[in-house]
Amino acid sequence: MTQADFLNIVMPFKDKVFRLAKRLLVSQEEAEDATQEILLKLWNNKTKIQEYKNVEAFSMTMTKNFCLDKLKSKHAQNLKIVHSNYQDKSVSLQKQLELNDSVNWVSKIMEDLPEQQKIILQLRDIEQYDFSEISKMLDMNETAIRVALSRGRKTLREKLTKTHNYGVK
Amino acid sequence: MVLNSIEKLIEKYDNGETTLKEEQQLKNYFSKETVEPHLEVYKNMFQYFSISHEEQFTKEVPLTPRNTINLYKWISVAAVAVLMFGIYIQTSGPTEAQREEALLAYNQTMEVFNLVSSNFNKGSESMNALNMVSTNFTKGADNIAYLGEFSKTTDKFLKTN
Repeated sequence: MTQADFLNIVMPFKDKVFRLAKRLLVSQEEAEDATQEILLKLWNNKTKIQEYKNVEAFSMTMTKNFCLDKLKSKHAQNLKIVHSNYQDKSVSLQKQLELNDSVNWVSKIMEDLPEQQKIILQLRDIEQYDFSEISKMLDMNETAIRVALSRGRKTLREKLTKTHNYGVK
Repeated sequence: MVLNSIEKLIEKYDNGETTLKEEQQLKNYFSKETVEPHLEVYKNMFQYFSISHEEQFTKEVPLTPRNTINLYKWISVAAVAVLMFGIYIQTSGPTEAQREEALLAYNQTMEVFNLVSSNFNKGSESMNALNMVSTNFTKGADNIAYLGEFSKTTDKFLKTN
């Protein structure tokens, strides 16, 4: 397989890999590194690529596992400093601007969702995959995916409504 | 009418039961400028979904690392081969011709040494003769001592007389 052939296979979904990685890892740089890593892994196994029935689904599964591993090792390494015991009561101008920018809020709220729901929302609402494809990628049955999706969507909507009202009032 | 169907779709959407087609309908509806105020939240969501769908991976991926890895591999293999060859040359003993040559040289040296040692033996024999002479000399010296004693006594005699 030449480089051009490989690129033809990979091109259509490399952005999806990147977006999923970014959804999970949040940071742009880390998502780029992860995508690069995954593409290199695919390239190194390019002789086997032809055997895979669905390279895209395979790559998405790989991305998911890779990012979750990365998150796990990061959680193990780093001590998190969470300052949940105090809050800035006065809403700064900056924050007000952010509140108005509700679209940004969606991404922030999505960060707080459980990983599972994050992945499913990403795959369904952003990448618009079929349920059957998602079930292949995540190795879950479709009912479980629908349930997780519904939960994710509802949480997202509720939190968004809350922040929205908060911003207006 | 339209709103009614949209609200139904929304409910299905919340329950995770919409098909991709229905979701596309929702997306189209919410891409409009104005929506009903109570559906404003969904507008934000769908807007965000379409925006984040546009995001692209722009970083270049170097797709030739495998070749360089291969190159390094072969260089190391070559280095090891050279090393092994060197060790082989060092440890494998001398050839047959070298061995014969060494034996010849050994024999010749031994001959020379033998010659030298026989001459030494001859030399040491003459040394024996010298030894003999020296013992005779000491005997002579002893006799001379007697003579000295004798002359003393004769001197005594001569004085008294």
